[in-house]
Amino acid sequence: MAGTWVFVEQRDGNVRKVTYEMISKAKTFGDEVSAVVFGKGVEGLAADFAKYGADKVYVVEGDVFANYNTGAFVAQIAAMIQEYNPNAILFAHTFNGRDFASRLAQKLEAGLATDVIDAEISAGKGVFTRAIYAGKALAKVEITTSPILATVRAGVFEVVEGAGAGEVVKPAVAATDADVYQTVKSFEPTVSARPELTEADVVVSGGRGCKGPEGIKIVEELADLLGAAVGGSRAAIDSGWLGHELQVGQTGKVVNPNLYIAAGISGAIQHLAGMSSSKFIAAINTDPEAPIFNVADFGVVGDLFKVVPLLCEELKK
Amino acid sequence: MKVLVCVKQTFDTEAKIELKDGKISDAGINLIINPYDEVAVEGAIQLKEKGIAKEVVVLSAGADKAMDAIRTALAMGADRGILVKQDTAADEYQRAVALAAAIKDENPDLILAGHVAADDGSSQVPTRIAEILGLPHVNVITNIEIADGKAVCTSEADGGTQVTEVSIPAVISSQVSWNEPRYPSMKGIMQAKKKPVATIDAVAADAKSTIVEFSLPPAKTAGVKIEEDPDVAAAKLGDWMKNTVKVEVK
Repeated sequence: MAGTWVFVEQRDGNVRKVTYEMISKAKTFGDEVSAVVFGKGVEGLAADFAKYGADKVYVVEGDVFANYNTGAFVAQIAAMIQEYNPNAILFAHTFNGRDFASRLAQKLEAGLATDVIDAEISAGKGVFTRAIYAGKALAKVEITTSPILATVRAGVFEVVEGAGAGEVVKPAVAATDADVYQTVKSFEPTVSARPELTEADVVVSGGRGCKGPEGIKIVEELADLLGAAVGGSRAAIDSGWLGHELQVGQTGKVVNPNLYIAAGISGAIQHLAGMSSSKFIAAINTDPEAPIFNVADFGVVGDLFKVVPLLCEELKK
Repeated sequence: MKVLVCVKQTFDTEAKIELKDGKISDAGINLIINPYDEVAVEGAIQLKEKGIAKEVVVLSAGADKAMDAIRTALAMGADRGILVKQDTAADEYQRAVALAAAIKDENPDLILAGHVAADDGSSQVPTRIAEILGLPHVNVITNIEIADGKAVCTSEADGGTQVTEVSIPAVISSQVSWNEPRYPSMKGIMQAKKKPVATIDAVAADAKSTIVEFSLPPAKTAGVKIEEDPDVAAAKLGDWMKNTVKVEVK
């Protein structure tokens, strides 16, 4: 059994941090850890993975892998599984990662644990903790089909540096253009100087209490001062003050930053499900009875229009 | 064109989760169509209203009470339903196998579903169905255009927005921002009662994963809550952020 594989989540050579988090976690299983990267012009990344302890780096290069597409990626990794027989493969729980892992799992008629927040893998057995009902409950899932497959939530495992050999392996290219069944017509990157919601260390969110775009602007000023991502409750999204992709909650994103600041958010259970696993939570709300205060480490009963600008001044000192 | 929509009956997203005998308790829980699937139903009905779809079939795998979810979709405007009777504890593989078998018999031109269910959050089943049926798929779409045997889908992608073209039949999964699902009208609710719903048994398949334990996350306890003049409150909050959380200010 060729240890644990960590599938590298990258676009144009920009590697998502969750990749290093997965490598760091995989090292704790005590078995060989390999990074697997598909792309075009990605071989230079190999040293990066060694830095976090990857013993091997499987590099697959080619035009057909330039952008993620399910068909070619599944065909390629399926051939590599046959050839190298890994015990387990971890994917990032991104849109691409879950798409890839789901199609692969079905092709192999295997189990798959998605969006895991804890993992324990031994030979032939994976035990994963998943947050269900958007974090309102936890399920421990056991998988014994081979290889063990899981997608991992960003931000839950710590990145630990640790030198690995990082031996580059170049598997045979098995996928061809004939495996591609999705034609990508365009990709428009989200233009934002802010970090992505699910990967940010600090998230500042606004809710109904923002009352409109002016309130959101105050939230954004605080976010930019902290290098934070901006999010919103369903009320702020439904009012059209923020884009849907910024919704935090059960029908939006689940975030777990180091610090979550809820401004003008009452804390409906729908919203709490998306953020209550944050390490520190601060809340600013005019209603002293707002449920958000039940989960806040530091709560301020007050008007965000007054408190947040003053807080910005305070932080600049 | 025939459009088939897969819907799952889930807990209301405002539901509080409790355990009973080590399992998730459904006592007193309001059941709804998974919000992501509801968007798929709306998308299918809109295709019919545009004259692109001739028939909208709604399919659900679950317990007898999942019939309510089917009836709701019929009240919104779907034409007929199929209930695949299956244990609600089925895993994603069993679910996909059961749904794919029913879909195969229907032979639709387009299969729609929500990209994730608000209960288990797995986001596997639509993609698994596509693999079983040997069809292309696109996930997390926010728009779809059908023309010349192709579906052009706009989807929320990692770090951006992507437009992807696939040939149909295809399995397409929706993001909630695709549309605003309609409320069933009184007339729709009355008509739904007369629309045909077939009930079939799920194809037997072994589970590929096992839930060995359910638990509730440790309850987050409230910390300090202050109610002071804004400048004092801001100073104290700032102090906590700098010294306890140790935030970096740009």
